[in-house]
Amino acid sequence: MRSFASAVPPVAYRDHFDLLAFVGHVLAVADAEVRKLRHDPLELLTRAVQPVLWLAVFGQVMARVRGVATGPLNYLDFMAPGILAQSVLFIAIFYGITAIWERDLGIIHKYLVSPASRTALVLGKALSAGVRALAQAVIVYILALIMDIHVSFEPVSISGVLVLIIMGAALFSTVSLVVACIVRSRERFLGIGQVMTMPLFFASNAIYPLTLMPAWLRALASINPLTYEVDALRALMVRGGSSVLGLGFDFAVLLAAMTGLIAIAARLYPRLGM
Amino acid sequence: MTPMPPGAPSPPPRPALPAREAAGNGQTGAAAIRTAGLTRRFGDLVAVDAVFLEVVPGEIFGLVGPNGAGKSTMIKMLTTLLPPTAGEARVAGFDVVAGAARVRRRIGYVPQLLSADGSLTGYENLLLSARLYGIPRKDRDRRIQDALSLVGLADAGGQVVRTYSGGMIRRLEIAQSMLHAPAVLFMDEPTVGLDPVARRAIWEHIREVRQMFGTTILITTHMMDEAEELCDRVVVMHQGAVVALGSPAELKSRVGPNATMDDVFAHFSGAKIESGGSFREILRIRRTARRLS
Repeated sequence: MRSFASAVPPVAYRDHFDLLAFVGHVLAVADAEVRKLRHDPLELLTRAVQPVLWLAVFGQVMARVRGVATGPLNYLDFMAPGILAQSVLFIAIFYGITAIWERDLGIIHKYLVSPASRTALVLGKALSAGVRALAQAVIVYILALIMDIHVSFEPVSISGVLVLIIMGAALFSTVSLVVACIVRSRERFLGIGQVMTMPLFFASNAIYPLTLMPAWLRALASINPLTYEVDALRALMVRGGSSVLGLGFDFAVLLAAMTGLIAIAARLYPRLGM
Repeated sequence: MTPMPPGAPSPPPRPALPAREAAGNGQTGAAAIRTAGLTRRFGDLVAVDAVFLEVVPGEIFGLVGPNGAGKSTMIKMLTTLLPPTAGEARVAGFDVVAGAARVRRRIGYVPQLLSADGSLTGYENLLLSARLYGIPRKDRDRRIQDALSLVGLADAGGQVVRTYSGGMIRRLEIAQSMLHAPAVLFMDEPTVGLDPVARRAIWEHIREVRQMFGTTILITTHMMDEAEELCDRVVVMHQGAVVALGSPAELKSRVGPNATMDDVFAHFSGAKIESGGSFREILRIRRTARRLS
């Protein structure tokens, strides 16, 4: 005989907002993503190609130019935080495609009929993008060691870098999710994704300092969250590095941008279930 | 035939609900689903046209009609995925717009597409649902194991869903949608693309769920044998409107002395079963079917 011992409502229905439940929902979504990665870890390795090319090829050559005013840092030290931020960006910016994929498979509908708030779902997805990005950081760090880049291993620096990577990935994956909610088709999304990445990368301080930019580009860079991520990473990741804009200001800008984007994405997310 | 849990009458009443929920239901003897003038327009197209419906608690209720009749749009509105253009709907006692969050806590949903996550194991799929539905940590494992054995997947729970057969995925989804013992369960074309044996197994599980939990179940289907086999009452939709409502036997007798459900379908919807379906719809069904095989 089959039994279903628990044939009673499992939970007293809680109809008021419950912070603990909210956090539980965020973690549930993120946990599912991490489990997927554990089933298919190869995916992470295939993403190592980009940063290797930038650091080992582009970086090595540019380091010989010696024309870039990178302050006290040599060019490779200057560039490594930029490449870390960039490789996180490039992965996060295509994260929205999984949302469209999940919509096509009907997975998103299941999330949307659940009692979890839309904000919790979006935040959970953002957090899981952050966790994925950490793997990227490990690769860049290993590469940096091989290339003799002066990476800092102070506990404070390391934890600061971890937080920045998670924030950066969460932020840009949410940008990506917003785009996915608007275009709602894979083809259109891919087109826009390509168009977004390079401008975000070049209109930032990732591979050259702000002081080198013409005024119009500096203006663009100053509204680009990547600039603040790189600026903070530069202060924390490499020995002798410092923040141009102020570490506290960097974090504040990133946090504000992330909050705004999550709020927008939570409003748009139900469009994927319609 | 599965024995019922001891002491459960057929169909058993919903277990006693917490006071707040009972009070929230407002009226006594409330319908599980009630719609009044429910309408959804997409531009000029009226997908659902002023539908009035009342679904009794504990019944299996079928929405039938050719592709494009408005069945999926109905289900999307009732599950709070799509806001109505006009009219209103109450599910499990709450308005689907004003009380959307409350409705969501009380319903389960099996989408037409195979929505279990292929890159997670069966167990992990259920774990995600258990956490989203706020099942307390100490009960999770037991409930998940119970749900898996209810649908005969106790041994397959550790495998990645990608390796499941179509019938197994559907069974997993039924388990998933029942984890939180919802008052109302929605199933959109639950057996589309399945072979006859798997279809019978799914029907059996649907009946079992109703018997154990007294769940109200609303299914959409365009297969008349399914409607006849499974549903207590059926509503035939055509171009967004309700054109007939009754038990399968009633509907057949209304059409003629020896009428089949196929005749009922043809008579009320003015369509042959094979004829319907936009290109997109067919494509989607084929894609689902391919994932199933």
